Amino acid sequence: MSKHLIDFNNISKSYGDNLVLDELNLYIRENEFLTLLGPSGCGKTTTLRLLGGFERPDQGQILFDGRDITNLPANERKLNTVFQKYSLFPHMTIAENIAFGLKISKKSKDYIKDKIKYALKLVNLEGFEDRSVDSLSGGQQQRIAIARAIVNEPKVLLLDEPLGALDLKLRQNMQYELIRLKEELGITFVYVTHDQEEALTMSDTIVVMNQGYIQQIGTPEDIYNEPQNAFVADFIGHSNILDGTMIKDELVEILGVRIPCVDKGFGNNKPVDVVIRPEDVELVDPAEGYMEGDVTSLIFKGVHYELDVMSNGYEWLVHTTKYVPVGTHVGIKVIPFNIQIMHKPESSDEKAVEIDE
Amino acid sequence: MSKFKQQFLSGPYLIWIIGFILLPMAMIIYYAFTGSDGTPTLQYIAAIADETNRKALGLSLWLGVICTVICLVLAYPLAMILSNMHIKNQSFVVFIFMLPMWMNFMLRILAWKLLLSKNGVINSVLTGMGLSRINIINTPAAVVLGMVYDFFPFMLLPIYNALTRIREDWIEAAADLGAGKITIFFKIILPLSLSGIISGIVMVFVPSLTSFAISQVLGGGHVLLIGNVIEQDFMQGMQWNAGSGLSFVLMIFVIASMALVNSFDKEGEGTVIC
Repeated sequence: MSKHLIDFNNISKSYGDNLVLDELNLYIRENEFLTLLGPSGCGKTTTLRLLGGFERPDQGQILFDGRDITNLPANERKLNTVFQKYSLFPHMTIAENIAFGLKISKKSKDYIKDKIKYALKLVNLEGFEDRSVDSLSGGQQQRIAIARAIVNEPKVLLLDEPLGALDLKLRQNMQYELIRLKEELGITFVYVTHDQEEALTMSDTIVVMNQGYIQQIGTPEDIYNEPQNAFVADFIGHSNILDGTMIKDELVEILGVRIPCVDKGFGNNKPVDVVIRPEDVELVDPAEGYMEGDVTSLIFKGVHYELDVMSNGYEWLVHTTKYVPVGTHVGIKVIPFNIQIMHKPESSDEKAVEIDE
Repeated sequence: MSKFKQQFLSGPYLIWIIGFILLPMAMIIYYAFTGSDGTPTLQYIAAIADETNRKALGLSLWLGVICTVICLVLAYPLAMILSNMHIKNQSFVVFIFMLPMWMNFMLRILAWKLLLSKNGVINSVLTGMGLSRINIINTPAAVVLGMVYDFFPFMLLPIYNALTRIREDWIEAAADLGAGKITIFFKIILPLSLSGIISGIVMVFVPSLTSFAISQVLGGGHVLLIGNVIEQDFMQGMQWNAGSGLSFVLMIFVIASMALVNSFDKEGEGTVIC
């Protein structure tokens, strides 16, 4: 892919005694849709605010296009932000809101007028020029906030949980809108969210964060299929995370049963974390499975059923399209490819993460 | 609760309004337009054109404007500092500035008289330090000082309230769109606090325009405001018709000035009248 546009070098930031970011290193490429994903308090919003210029790091350096912008004030940075609370100016009309940045950069009246029209068309709100902010719904305000940011033709658009306050249906529609916008504008999006589904749907790259540390960086497929530790696996969708022992290459023991897998290179008799996605657990005849268990709960979720299966002292989470009533005695089977083996956390930082969860 | 009971509850207030506000107003208007023998006349309204009355009204307007401007210039920066302090207990700040209002305002004015008088506290300190005395007692300057001292909280509070309602993320959004500190002040902070400024101006200008007690104590009879003329008409000359005529004219000026100020308030917030 293309060159680095933004570099975070050893960024640390704390508020009082609370260390929010600890020696963060991250680069963002040109035209990338990068999502910072994590639970609240993980440092994702702070990272975005440092990039927007609303906070200064305690140490480290932020480079933009190779230039040090660490101490550059927000109004001199070539990027624009879409705020969580929309933050439209209540004393201005929609057109005045959108024109705000253009007037400051002293664009001509005709240019501003054209730009407002173009931006409103882009967010599907044509003819809203003279409306007041109060007369708009949350979703419409959100789209105006996006229009207000993109008319300035920033190289990077920062989005701070922009869909957080919208209802589910609207949120899903806006996700597609954002992907379309990103493709039309051809600029870099840096997106902050705690919603893993949002991150998986829209991103080119996902950065999973927790307690000020980056847990994993990768494509949505990487993050989902090959989580690097228990936190990532758990945060990206509910998973079965089990303590296991790597007996040798391609053989792992969980819950007292040895199961073939495809992972190699962990050494012999090493403790590991084993992740099995709920949709990868197959329910078969008791005799055919690796282990036997009983269905203890069944919930209809629309696309699939969500089951709890008690087996060898572990409660498996299972997604299946088959109807299996509570009390059924079943066998559990997983094909080797769907078993994800991870190193046990080694550093104390990673351990702290685990205890917290 | 039944509709009848709800109406019943508003009874005491209605009696108050009718008995002590509407009725006296009607009487003032009646007296203003009739002579002492009861015949209709415009002479007491026209009396505003007399030289004494005209000068008194002019001085009242002038001192009212000066007092309002001084209050605004003092209150706005202070309100900005206070609203940016992010104190947990913001009501404490308000309390501090309301504290002087717990004392009767006449007492505070009398205290100023003692402070400012020729051999008063301030001049004793000044001469003790080898500096020259200040002689502002019994001048319009002393009256303005008293007015500013008394009416300042009425300017501070509405502006402070308006400023605390401005969200931090609006300021950040403006900075994000390229606005520097000066642009942010003139495009965001000032327009969004305008309703507070308007309320403050009305609440300071109206009482200072109609004030007579402050000018009596700190002006020592040398500063004649329209309020003093009216007071003399009523209390000393027993000329109810003349006093009512001037009161009516003053009322017109109050309403006109409030309408003028409110016309700057596009949002329609913080309107006191009209």
